[in-house]
Amino acid sequence: MVELYILLGVMIAGAVIAVQVKNRLSAVIAVGIIGLAASIIFLLLKAPDIALTQLVVEIVAVIFLIRATLSRDLAKKPTGYRPFGAFMGILFIAIGAIVAVGTFIGNLNVFGEPLMTVSTFYPLNAIEGTGAVNVVTAIILDYRAYDTLGEATVLFTAVIGVLAVMRPVGKKEVGNNDE
Amino acid sequence: MSKERVHGMSIIVRTVTRITMVLIFLYGIYIVLHGHLTPGGGFAGGVIIALAFINLLLAYGREVSKQVFSKPATSVVEALGAIMFISLALLGLESGGFLHNFIGDDGAAGNLISAGTIPITNIAIALKVGAGMFGIYLSLILLQPFEKEDK
Repeated sequence: MVELYILLGVMIAGAVIAVQVKNRLSAVIAVGIIGLAASIIFLLLKAPDIALTQLVVEIVAVIFLIRATLSRDLAKKPTGYRPFGAFMGILFIAIGAIVAVGTFIGNLNVFGEPLMTVSTFYPLNAIEGTGAVNVVTAIILDYRAYDTLGEATVLFTAVIGVLAVMRPVGKKEVGNNDE
Repeated sequence: MSKERVHGMSIIVRTVTRITMVLIFLYGIYIVLHGHLTPGGGFAGGVIIALAFINLLLAYGREVSKQVFSKPATSVVEALGAIMFISLALLGLESGGFLHNFIGDDGAAGNLISAGTIPITNIAIALKVGAGMFGIYLSLILLQPFEKEDK
């Protein structure tokens, strides 16, 4: 449990660094730290499927961010003291702290012992039911395949949206208007 | 930076990428095909396969990769994966219901060929996710005509 708290602290530190640092490459790498720590947390909680997926997707996301943002002219971060923003920040942190304290003291089950025990059906019956040794795959592609269909639809729609918005056909080049 | 983007990186990076790209590609195929036996599955394997091609693009730059890869091909592969998934789901209507595992138990649990439709669905998802990620990369970064080159 101690290493879990250390990793969560690393994630918070990475998030703060990503927001506060001036250099854009450093900010993208700090975002990558968050994903790496999340992947290690999944590994420590004995979920290698999710850890692998998280690691790979994080690598792709960092490559996309580096390639897509570093050479573009993005809006500069506003500087100067903003009293309303500071007030709202303190307010949100205070509300979050109060809710967290109220939730974590006395109202939650022990970590690792969920209240709902319906999910114990799958580890006990998955191998006889589907023949797949990996229970996670048996769940997401057999018992809960409808969820996977929805997820695939979401990704398909996202790809179609990106391909439609960023298509090179039919777009004018910026410099061509003067010539 | 922009010169690397157009003409690729140095010859050391290119040579190493040429060797490691095959290994990454094989690892992705292994993850996909063993999705019902070991951790992994279609999503992670598809992204690994896409990463192998993205590595190639990063090392060789825009000049080479524009001649090798085309966006319509990735769209076709992605749609193929989606159609494969949907047809597997609809074929299940024949025997039990939507998304029913209609092949059933065709081998001992733990073999490579077992678990009915689950490996085939994994392959479909891998095609869809890999081609989708690669298509996003192509259109978001490679084929941007209005990007400033000399900066």
